[in-house]
Amino acid sequence: MSFLAAIGRIVLGVLAAIGQATLFALDTVSHLVRPPFYPRELASAVMQIGYFSLPVVGLTTIFTGGALALQIYAGGARFSAEAVVPQIVAIGMVRELGPVLVGLMIAARVTSSIAAEIATMKVTEQIDALVTLSTNPMKYLTLPRVLAATLVMPILVAVGNVIGIMGGYLVGVNRLGFNAGTYIRNTIDFLEPSDIATSLAKGAVFGFLAALMGCYYGMQSGRGAQGVGRATKSAVVAASVLILAANFILTELFFAA
Amino acid sequence: MIELRDVHKSFGPKQVLRGVDLTIGRGKSMVIIGGSGTGKSVALKCILGLIPPDKGLITVDGDDVTRLRQGSAERDEFLARFGMLFQGGALFDSLTVWQNVAFRLLRGSLKKSKDEAREIAIEKLRRVGLTPDVAELFPAELSGGMQKRVGLARAIAAEPEIIFFDEPTTGLDPIMAGVINELIREIVVEMGATAMTITHDMTSVRAIADDVAMLHGGKIRWTGPVAEMDASGDPYVTQFISGSPEGPIETVR
Repeated sequence: MSFLAAIGRIVLGVLAAIGQATLFALDTVSHLVRPPFYPRELASAVMQIGYFSLPVVGLTTIFTGGALALQIYAGGARFSAEAVVPQIVAIGMVRELGPVLVGLMIAARVTSSIAAEIATMKVTEQIDALVTLSTNPMKYLTLPRVLAATLVMPILVAVGNVIGIMGGYLVGVNRLGFNAGTYIRNTIDFLEPSDIATSLAKGAVFGFLAALMGCYYGMQSGRGAQGVGRATKSAVVAASVLILAANFILTELFFAA
Repeated sequence: MIELRDVHKSFGPKQVLRGVDLTIGRGKSMVIIGGSGTGKSVALKCILGLIPPDKGLITVDGDDVTRLRQGSAERDEFLARFGMLFQGGALFDSLTVWQNVAFRLLRGSLKKSKDEAREIAIEKLRRVGLTPDVAELFPAELSGGMQKRVGLARAIAAEPEIIFFDEPTTGLDPIMAGVINELIREIVVEMGATAMTITHDMTSVRAIADDVAMLHGGKIRWTGPVAEMDASGDPYVTQFISGSPEGPIETVR
């Protein structure tokens, strides 16, 4: 019996967490149309989340694009299809790897820092101080971060896609003997506008989830250094899992016949 | 005037407040004493609406504050009458000292121009004994005593009618504690504000208080003017003042 009770407790706990996070998300979105707004906070979040993430996005995607080209070439050789490298790199990067890798890097870089910052603010009573100074923490802390991440992630994904394809191009042209002009021509001809649109849409959703989880777990933080550590860990894990799950659902929605 | 009637608050199975009754007169300085973990901070946060009480009535000048909805204009107006000094200062580390002090003056209903807000911030910093060159520093660059002073400057920046002090002298050396006590007393008197202080530092009590209330076991055990505290005849109060391990207050908690 105690075994069943334990399972029940876990299930109830998970359901309660999903419910709370959903209410938190709805509350966040509702502040979009309810002043006051804090444009300065939004601008600073855009810089932190967007601009300063560019190096990590570039590094991640260039190596992945290069490795992808090598793999497709080797795999394609088994049935004499080496020539499809540009097309597969393009579609693989834009449809899947670009948004997912950038999403996961943002979960690592941005979700963690948001969660740790907000959790520390909570532990040191800075959140309470905000309230006593007539400032709603949801408007001042949560909304600017979530909105910024949702807005800049499509741009980061676009940059990541281009750099990833460039990684494939560099390997293709320099290592695998592709003609440079043909490689670019094949890439451009093969990609459909809908591939790019869905890629950017995925980016927006992943950005929303990543920042939301950082804020949610930060605000829920327990006491002390341990509370901050736990909040940060939970936020990164939740953001990563949600990004991968959302990726599957969106792929199913966008591309299933 | 602030009134608490039969205020209850539990966290899970732990009953922290079990029917607190307390009246703080307008312009008076009330100090609440009591051991660690007796719910002093919880009582204070209930008045500010940071923690909703489970039961009971809290009124400020006759208005029930527990009904104010989070984020409503009435609640903002209510909070604009308060200043609070947090135990650890609770300064925002992403903002400079003057931006912290002028936080309320840089946004919301009390918004002023940047120059004006900065000027007021520097004047308030001077009031708590800090020089203007501190204004551009970040809170992490200050000592504990200086952070407390900045917190105090922020609490009084918007000329509040009611000021709360949460353990203002904890973690300070005796001389700095004395300085802070004196500042609190002076500021409360010159602003004519109603003050509520939580502390377990008896020196602080004697320096700041008009009235004293002792919180024990989730209820107000004794309340009266500070002059009558020593002759209260209440064994709990007597034990607390003397700091004796012998008496009705359990030392194993």
